Amino acid sequence: MPEWIKVGTLSDIPRLGARTVDTHQGQVAVFRTNEDEVFALFNKCPHKGGPLSEGIVSGKVVVCPLHNWTIDLVSGEATAPDEGCTRPVAARLVEGEIYLSLPPLPEGEGRGEGELSGHRNHLPLTRPSATLSLKGEGI
Amino acid sequence: MNAVPRQKLVVVGNGMAGMRTVEELLALAPARFEITVFGAEPHPNYNRIMLSSVLAGEKAVDDIVINPRAWYADNGVTLHTGDPVLAIDPAAKTVTAASGLVVPYDRLLLSTGSKLLMPPLPGLDLPGVVAFRDIADVEKMLAAAEAGQRAVVIGGGLLGLEAAWGLRRRGMPVAVVHLMPTLMERQLDVEAGHLLQKDLTERGLHFFTGAQSEEIMGSDRAEGLKLADGREVPADLVVVAIGIRPNVDLAKAAGLEVNRGIVVGDDMRSSDPSIYGVGECVEHRGQVFGLVAPLWEQAKVCASRLAGRDEAHYETPPLSTRLKITGIDVFSAGQLTAVDEGDEELVYRDSARGIYKKLVLREDKVVGAVMYGDVADGAWYFQLMREKADIAALRDRMIFGQAYADTTCKGKGTDVAAMADSTQVCGCNGVSKGAIVAAIKAKGLTSLEEVKAHTKAGSSCGQCSSVVLAILSHTTGEVVEAKAAGLCGCTDLGHDEVRRVILTQQLKTMDAVRTALGWRTADGCVKCRPALNYYLLCAWPGEYVDDGQSRFINERAHANIQKDGTYSVVPRMWGGVTTAAELRAIADVADKFQIPTVKVTGGQRIDLLGVRKDQLPAVWADLNKAGMVSGHAYAKGLRTVKTCVGTEWCRFGTQDSTGLGIKLERLMWGTWTPHKFKLAVSGCPRNCAEATIKDLGVICVEAGYDIVVGGNGGIELRGTDHLVRVAREEEVLEYAGAFLQIYREEARYLERTAPWVERVGMDHVKQRVVEDAAGRRAAFARFIHSQTYVQTDPWAERVRGMEAHEFKSLAEVE
Repeated sequence: MPEWIKVGTLSDIPRLGARTVDTHQGQVAVFRTNEDEVFALFNKCPHKGGPLSEGIVSGKVVVCPLHNWTIDLVSGEATAPDEGCTRPVAARLVEGEIYLSLPPLPEGEGRGEGELSGHRNHLPLTRPSATLSLKGEGI
Repeated sequence: MNAVPRQKLVVVGNGMAGMRTVEELLALAPARFEITVFGAEPHPNYNRIMLSSVLAGEKAVDDIVINPRAWYADNGVTLHTGDPVLAIDPAAKTVTAASGLVVPYDRLLLSTGSKLLMPPLPGLDLPGVVAFRDIADVEKMLAAAEAGQRAVVIGGGLLGLEAAWGLRRRGMPVAVVHLMPTLMERQLDVEAGHLLQKDLTERGLHFFTGAQSEEIMGSDRAEGLKLADGREVPADLVVVAIGIRPNVDLAKAAGLEVNRGIVVGDDMRSSDPSIYGVGECVEHRGQVFGLVAPLWEQAKVCASRLAGRDEAHYETPPLSTRLKITGIDVFSAGQLTAVDEGDEELVYRDSARGIYKKLVLREDKVVGAVMYGDVADGAWYFQLMREKADIAALRDRMIFGQAYADTTCKGKGTDVAAMADSTQVCGCNGVSKGAIVAAIKAKGLTSLEEVKAHTKAGSSCGQCSSVVLAILSHTTGEVVEAKAAGLCGCTDLGHDEVRRVILTQQLKTMDAVRTALGWRTADGCVKCRPALNYYLLCAWPGEYVDDGQSRFINERAHANIQKDGTYSVVPRMWGGVTTAAELRAIADVADKFQIPTVKVTGGQRIDLLGVRKDQLPAVWADLNKAGMVSGHAYAKGLRTVKTCVGTEWCRFGTQDSTGLGIKLERLMWGTWTPHKFKLAVSGCPRNCAEATIKDLGVICVEAGYDIVVGGNGGIELRGTDHLVRVAREEEVLEYAGAFLQIYREEARYLERTAPWVERVGMDHVKQRVVEDAAGRRAAFARFIHSQTYVQTDPWAERVRGMEAHEFKSLAEVE
């Protein structure tokens, strides 16, 4: 049986925004859409590990703040032409309260960072995203 | 009135070359001739080049009509359509049409065009076999496409590929059978031909190259094509497009000298001095014609001659080719490969991106160019070729394009401001930049359609439309939007249109904008949300509530995100001046929070790198206590004012550059702009503050202050343009503030001042900021007003608890 852990209330997260939850498997980003749906992903972009919680949310995608990869909130998959996947975390909303259910640890994996085996084959590809011109920048 | 009786001009052939000659003639000598035109097709004159666009569904038949029937009536031209001329009697000087009509002439113009080459194949007469030449053929092909049939196109040249692509666009499965091993071998070299075949295969066309057609199969109608190697290509529609040959039947029968085409001299006259010829039906110095550019040149010369001007001589210009298949960019001109020992080839190849460029050089001159995938510099290479320019100095860099080879480093792409008046913009119609500018000014043209109508530029193949549009924008100072340039995938509207509607319809929320303008998405996307947020903020200062969720993280967190997810913190140092107390406070913060890197920035500030997000409010609190506020190093807004020490210390200083820099920074800090905005103030022309690569620079001189704008030291180095020289500091503040406000109001989101200035032109900027004094003061007042709402330190607000959720995690779970 999955274990559902209460992490906060819907109003804790701004619409079209995200908050983070620290877990023993790594940081999880919890997103709230314009329609008040809640989704959760491990907070590492499949490209270079960027914090997805800091990205701009629209529809059911978030755009990573580091290199503008677009990640599907439901599946954790990057949108074409980028390829990769960040693990989704089951999230549910019950009477305004948010619950997460962390995935079971795969065999042979101890406590550690967010991405786990089974997804390694999706992990960082060298091809940069060429889809957006918005760039994070220094001074 | 002119009492001289009009001469009779009869034109045989109502196509592009003949009618262009008539147009030119009417412009030169409107009253000289009584003109009668015979056309075999039942249509008025249309743009045959655009037939492939009609086939592809990009244009309707009506869109490609050049001169409607009313035009003939208005100009007193008698038009007989659907009535081909069957015979010429040069002795009697009459023509006889199919209808039996006999019309006498003083001058006869033959513009009978060309016929399709038909291969000697059994089955050519079967129903379902179509040539690709006129509107009737296109209608047959469209009917077949609607019936969901399969097509095979014989011919993999320009004509065949455009036909095949048009049918593919209509949903038909299409195969192309080509005799030669590579496509478009007359225009492309082997490598570019292969790239083209690969791209078109990916788009769903099937190819049989090196394939000899043997027979069209079928008994009652076409059922397919049999190849010489025994393969069979099933098809319900067989399109023949292997090439054209001059239509000379009439001329031959009339006893004119005919070789491959009707032989004409430099004066466009045939062997009969009363009979002229233009277009695809003629042969000039052994050459026949299939592209439009030389036809226009012939029309000009022929019209001049008909008008009695004997100085006009025709000479075939160098020709270039482009392919009209949306999204496939091909350009070629001149020699395709090196042919003798003196020839050299420069080749650029980027297989991953499908880009290939080749220049053929002879004695330091360009004699040929083949480009695939990136044809932006085609016009430039072609110009170098036509001008026979010596390219020795450019040779190392020229294959990378004009932007790299051009040592002035001004901008990228087509810089219409820098373009010489003699540069040919429209290769089809031979229209130069100068001619376009002159027409826009003389006739007050404001739209692309008008420019096309008046100059013909962009009216044939349409490839140069974007350049024509840029010239129009540059010349009129108005922003002219191309229809396709949308803000993002959520809307087809462009930035300027969206901003205009925000103001005219008083839209004050993002939802209102999206609803009023029919956005395709409920909550926009990562491209349009930050743009709309900015446009609304700029339009309604103090009224619109900023939406943090529509801002990039740096502007939401008021710090710069780094590759490891930590942030950098840059406190403001007004004019780059600091104190021992400030430095001590910074040192204390670095120690207390164990900040790993402390770095001096290019804008004369100190950057604290590696701060965790949850530490930010505490770091800011300590900096605030020492009197420091946000340096907005993260903002699409006012960044830094860099200064030199000026008269306060420097023995060369002419003014107090440091003091002026601080005043400018105090005036402008906190403002949001389309993109980041940096300033510098130098105390003398030695320019130690590097003011000439800033968005706005001030260079102090003995007589006052030179204000320069539009510089950029980033990806594309651009030196500033001089805006104005003023005498007093207060004037610097007013001019600078007004410039900033006009940039805020007119530039598109994420457009720096450098590309903005290039797009709108310095004349426009000077007009708004310098010449229009009342406008300048009003813009400055709008800027001051908007500043009253933003000059609050965002760090201090967050130290006091604003947006606290941004800096805390929601929960920690085991």
